[in-house]
Amino acid sequence: MKLQVENLNYSYDASPLVADIRLHVKQGEFVGLIGPNGSGKSTVLKNVYRALKPDSGWLAMDGEDLQAMKPKALALQMGVVGQENTVPFDFMVEDIVGMGRSPHKRLLEGDRPEDRRIVAAALAQTGMAEMARRNYRNLSGGEKQRVLLARALAQQTELLIMDEPTNHLDIYYQLQMFDLIQTLGVTVLAAIHDLNLAALYCSRLYVLKAGRLHRAGTPEEVLTPELIREVYGITAEVAVHPATGKLSIAYVPAGMAQREAALVR
Amino acid sequence: MNKLSPLVRFRSIWNPDEPNMKWMITLLLLFGVLSVVLAVGIGPVAVAPVTVAKIVLSKAPMLRDAIPITWTQLDENIVWTLRLPRVLLGMIVGASLAVTGVAMQALVRNALADPFILGVSSGAAATATLGMLFGVFAFFGTYALSISAFLGAAATIIAVYAISRVKGSINITQLLLSGVVVAMIMDAITNIITLSAPNALGLHNAAFWMSGSLAGAKWGYLTLPLIVMIGCMMVLMTRYRALNALLLGDETAGTLGYHVSRLQKLLVLVASLLAGVTIAVSGSIGFVGLMVPHMARLLVGSDHKRVLLVSAPLGGILVVWTDVVARIVIAPQELPLGLLTALIGGPFFIWLLKRKPRI
Repeated sequence: MKLQVENLNYSYDASPLVADIRLHVKQGEFVGLIGPNGSGKSTVLKNVYRALKPDSGWLAMDGEDLQAMKPKALALQMGVVGQENTVPFDFMVEDIVGMGRSPHKRLLEGDRPEDRRIVAAALAQTGMAEMARRNYRNLSGGEKQRVLLARALAQQTELLIMDEPTNHLDIYYQLQMFDLIQTLGVTVLAAIHDLNLAALYCSRLYVLKAGRLHRAGTPEEVLTPELIREVYGITAEVAVHPATGKLSIAYVPAGMAQREAALVR
Repeated sequence: MNKLSPLVRFRSIWNPDEPNMKWMITLLLLFGVLSVVLAVGIGPVAVAPVTVAKIVLSKAPMLRDAIPITWTQLDENIVWTLRLPRVLLGMIVGASLAVTGVAMQALVRNALADPFILGVSSGAAATATLGMLFGVFAFFGTYALSISAFLGAAATIIAVYAISRVKGSINITQLLLSGVVVAMIMDAITNIITLSAPNALGLHNAAFWMSGSLAGAKWGYLTLPLIVMIGCMMVLMTRYRALNALLLGDETAGTLGYHVSRLQKLLVLVASLLAGVTIAVSGSIGFVGLMVPHMARLLVGSDHKRVLLVSAPLGGILVVWTDVVARIVIAPQELPLGLLTALIGGPFFIWLLKRKPRI
């Protein structure tokens, strides 16, 4: 078991944000965390990457108590693409990506050719090689997101935690990023907004609703019209797409439903 | 062998993306030494730079006999007893304030942080005057003033930081406003103390604490600030990667393997030590901590390894020359140094504020 979360509880100002979360990620799995806004996806992830301290619960990484690990030891095993993406000073893209090498560095150790090679590779993988010497502050939201992913890749960890890693990307880069992450063979836990992307790439999904685990399972088990209605309050049609063999979800807003019969099929 | 033309090499020193740090540091140190020699010579009684250099060199044990005495005893007194300690103190104070600025800017992730703007100088001055008045820290002897100023600086940084932290990140409006308010409260305290107990406070009057001055510098004033400056600089230099990571945000710095809260405490400690010790000897000299790190970033980019190395000499040089102007502009009277730095630094702050959309 790569990552294990048992009975996680976290509250802010005495109101529970997430309660009783149980979540497992096995080696090599791509696990998605889905749910509407405010359902606690980010809160769960922040507890996992220790930006928040759980009220109670057991979190483990390869069986080791995650909360007791030294920051550096954790950073060597877990890379994070979070929501924080502003940098208030001028840094070049390759400097930002180079910071991903930090946990590998000893006190006073300089950058080695090896580090520069890893950084260049991460930039190439995310399609940012040509932007390496650009000022990070002048990039678009999508470009920043690719830089942050490159930084996490340069960290060379076996586990990647991602909080909506592609929400600023156009569809080309969304697919490219997820394809890339899949080919890396790393273990992933990601909060994902887009149900179609979740269906395409995730091996398993956890569904959160109002801070609680609503359902867990493969995309086929989880992404049913009934569940989508329960959790998101919308009508959707779900079908296996012939080209991908994966689920494809079409949303049907109430005002546009022309074939009432088709929905209750 | 591929030789670059002198012009290209000269230009490459100023390339912020890939600065030639060896050249940059060498030039800054040379300019620093030159500044000291020139600044010592300038004043109501002018002393030629060559004479200044000779007098200083003649104090070195192995050179004492090698240099023929071609100057008057008066010149020697002016150079050695009056001006050299003052200029060297300016160097140390400038370097310390610049490094304080770097540390505080990393702590609050904003280029507008400065010990003066955020009220830290005022806090240090208030506790320093309190300490003098009541002799609270008298048992520390010579260092009583520095220690009380350090405590005031630390308390102010912690207060301002706590007030301006909203939901885990620093709110820049809160930061600047709380800095202004804390500075007002602390300045009021300083004023009340200095006005009500003038005799007890001797040389250090209200104007000294509010607007800073290097007048009255003695050799004995240099030791502690120098030790603190070198110590803090070394502590920061060994953690330059962590400081860089901190600019990406607390959460991100944590995921990159840094112990963020420990790092923040360290920065508070370093900034308070530097600010407190400096202010105890020079009063509050504003805006140096704001201007110098920014100039350093324009020269060498934002990497803390370079920013720290460049800021320290740059801050020293800036303060030394500002002090020269303070000495001669209305001679034989002297302007408080802090007034001049505010005159340059204020507009600089406004420019920084308006330059880019705030993030």
